Amino acid sequence: MKFLRDILDNIKPQFQKGGRFYKLHSTFDAFETFLFVPNKTTFKGSHIRDSIDLKRTMSLVIVALLPALLFGIWNVGYQHFLATGVTASFWEHVWVGFVAVFPIIVVTYVTALGIEFGFAQARGHEVNEGVLVSGMLIPLVMPPDVPLWMVSAATAFAVIFGKEVFGGTGMNILNPALLARAFLFFAYPADMSGDKVWVHAIPDGFTSATPLAQAAAGDITSIPSAFDMFVGTMPGSVGETSTLAILLGAAFLFMTGIGSARIIVSVFAGGYLMGLLFNLWGANPFMEVPAHHHLIMGGFAFGAVFMATDPVSASQTGKGKYIYGFLIGLLAVLIRVLNPAFPEGMMLAILFMNVMAPLIDHYVIEANIKRRLRRTKARQAAAEKITQ
Amino acid sequence: MDKVITIRKGLDMKLKGEAERVTVNSRSALYAVKPTDFHGVLPKLLVAEGDRVEAGTPLFFNKYSERVLFTAPVSGVVEAIRRGERRRLEEIVIRADEDIAYRRFDVPDLATATPEALEEVLLASGLWPVIRQRPYDVIATPGVAPHSVFISCFDSAPLAPDLDFLISQRGAEFQLGIDVIRKLSGAPVNLGVHADKTKATEFLSAQGVNINVFRGPHPAGNVGVQIHHVDPVVKGDVVWVIHPLDVAMIGRFFLRKEYDTTRVIALTGSSVKQPKYYKTHMGADISALVEGQVTEENQRYISGNVLTGTRIEPNGFLGFYHHGCTVIPEGDHYEFMGWARPGFDAFSFTNTFLSKIFHRKPFAPHTNLNGGERAFVVTGQYEKVFPMDIFPVQLLKAIMIKDIDLMENLGIYEVVEEDMALCEVMCTSKIEVQSILREGLDLIRKEMS
Repeated sequence: MKFLRDILDNIKPQFQKGGRFYKLHSTFDAFETFLFVPNKTTFKGSHIRDSIDLKRTMSLVIVALLPALLFGIWNVGYQHFLATGVTASFWEHVWVGFVAVFPIIVVTYVTALGIEFGFAQARGHEVNEGVLVSGMLIPLVMPPDVPLWMVSAATAFAVIFGKEVFGGTGMNILNPALLARAFLFFAYPADMSGDKVWVHAIPDGFTSATPLAQAAAGDITSIPSAFDMFVGTMPGSVGETSTLAILLGAAFLFMTGIGSARIIVSVFAGGYLMGLLFNLWGANPFMEVPAHHHLIMGGFAFGAVFMATDPVSASQTGKGKYIYGFLIGLLAVLIRVLNPAFPEGMMLAILFMNVMAPLIDHYVIEANIKRRLRRTKARQAAAEKITQ
Repeated sequence: MDKVITIRKGLDMKLKGEAERVTVNSRSALYAVKPTDFHGVLPKLLVAEGDRVEAGTPLFFNKYSERVLFTAPVSGVVEAIRRGERRRLEEIVIRADEDIAYRRFDVPDLATATPEALEEVLLASGLWPVIRQRPYDVIATPGVAPHSVFISCFDSAPLAPDLDFLISQRGAEFQLGIDVIRKLSGAPVNLGVHADKTKATEFLSAQGVNINVFRGPHPAGNVGVQIHHVDPVVKGDVVWVIHPLDVAMIGRFFLRKEYDTTRVIALTGSSVKQPKYYKTHMGADISALVEGQVTEENQRYISGNVLTGTRIEPNGFLGFYHHGCTVIPEGDHYEFMGWARPGFDAFSFTNTFLSKIFHRKPFAPHTNLNGGERAFVVTGQYEKVFPMDIFPVQLLKAIMIKDIDLMENLGIYEVVEEDMALCEVMCTSKIEVQSILREGLDLIRKEMS
């Protein structure tokens, strides 16, 4: 890799202060630090630093997304051939799925990275890695046949208004990837819901609803079996269908310590509890859907593992994470069951709790502050007693 | 021993180059006192280049607190007075005599002395600066009685000197030092010992003190963590903290009536051939120590430990508060796709590299930052290595926005840089935790005075 280093060292002066291409230094930095961990050493404070950095963290999240992505690609092809009634081999499934999904990924990355580079350039800061994860999350929450221009528009909206206007990665309030989906959901509902969009190249006259839509319509009997929903052989967004693949990703996030176990577990707990409550109530068929089905239908698992855990938009305190996660699960099932206009309650629940997360943190921190003030007062009272 | 206070959060870093329990004598030609070792001190010189000094002759005083003197650790001739940017006084270098001549001090009898008399003689001898106060981690203000005194008798930092080893045979000095501190402060004196590691009877059978027993990983040995768990600092409090070896130095001063700065220091780190202990004096030039021990070029020489120590030159001087010197390789090289490698031997305490499974030996880290600086993104990371009932990230953010009330409410009085050093090491976003905290402490100290 010496020759690469030599090339970079050769052209580097042109991108540094006073160089011809100084204006492009953010872009140069992005490529240089992608290829090489910089030679910068510690100057102040601790002399040694852990090898973990944001690039590592973000790339491991992408690794965690791979099972869901790969399964999603296969499932898009599988659902297509199921609808057309043609028998096809495993690799044909994969190929059809790949042709449908790959362009979405490319469009998302090109849009997201283009905007990120542009902003980094304009502001003169480094390109942030968060966009790499957003760029992978967005395709996974899209229906397989979503028009590519919509993907691009939604990505642009999410990256600009979800993130850059707040100052970039680390400053945003809402989860950018979910914002992209919400944007499409409200701007182009016809392409984001209904019974035509969930299967790739669906034949005329054929409809295929997601289990959630079936449940919302009270059509409980046509919901796939729990096993099918767990494995993920059902229509739905590209990466959301397989709870199994998502749990593989979750296991990886647990193992590496990158995903917050507190959030993931409490989202599932909240959803399950709400499902149980509805079972007790049982006023309509949807309420009678077994509680554990809620956890494997629609985007619940995907949202719990990959969306709710975004550290920037989630609650940041330990206790806060439990509350935040629990309420997401609870609200997601509540919205699903009680509001037929929004079959995908997960998206709205997470976005709502993103907004509420700072409030939760505020009260958690306030409790800590009160504890400290009490201690101070007790000390002062004791001191007064002595002086009296 | 009664109740053990268990610290659950933190991290014991096993690093290569721990000092063997062997002490060799070392003589340096040069010794220095560095005003930069003391926070918030504005030095006013009392000597000039070429002056002769004895061990205990005042070199400079603190303009903000004029009774606090800083004295020569050895006798000799003032060889150089070095200044840095904006003529900031950096080093007062003394070329040492063959045989050290000591200034005699009129030390009062402990049994009959008043606290004022004790304070006077400690100030005159230059021993006073070993007494530091919380909050702010600055030299204690003379005349202000503390709420309590804390002494941590084990150092849990990576490659830290073994205090059990260094205190052995010095029990009498240590006990006398304790007696002086008790009389001087009029406050309860707390010793912190480790439930399993502290074996020295010098510590365990000290008289007239409360012994608090701790167990757990670093920073359990940090005195700030011990204070937090025993009797937290609240607004308006002053708590004294003293290094146990400095307590012994006070004891020795009362025995010998001389400012004897003999100090055994640990030379450690992966770049040192045979890490061991050296008997020298405070402020020694390290070139005598590292000669023949460090042969590679491009090394980082640190007075103190890798978490909180000061970077010095290969012929630099040991710090006033440091009992160790660490040498590790510099990391000023590029690493191809370093963030994507499997990392069988990557220096990491996270589970994100394969070194977690495959690297069983102590690490030999270098000084690379291992990544670029970013905004706060990952959460929960600091909390894992910060064993206090304080929100570290929120506190740092309060400092960044200079919100003094919020800093107070979030507990800034209870922390100093060393307590949050591990947060800095583990930070994904490479945030300069210690300097931010110091800015906050300096700001709040300025506001309060």
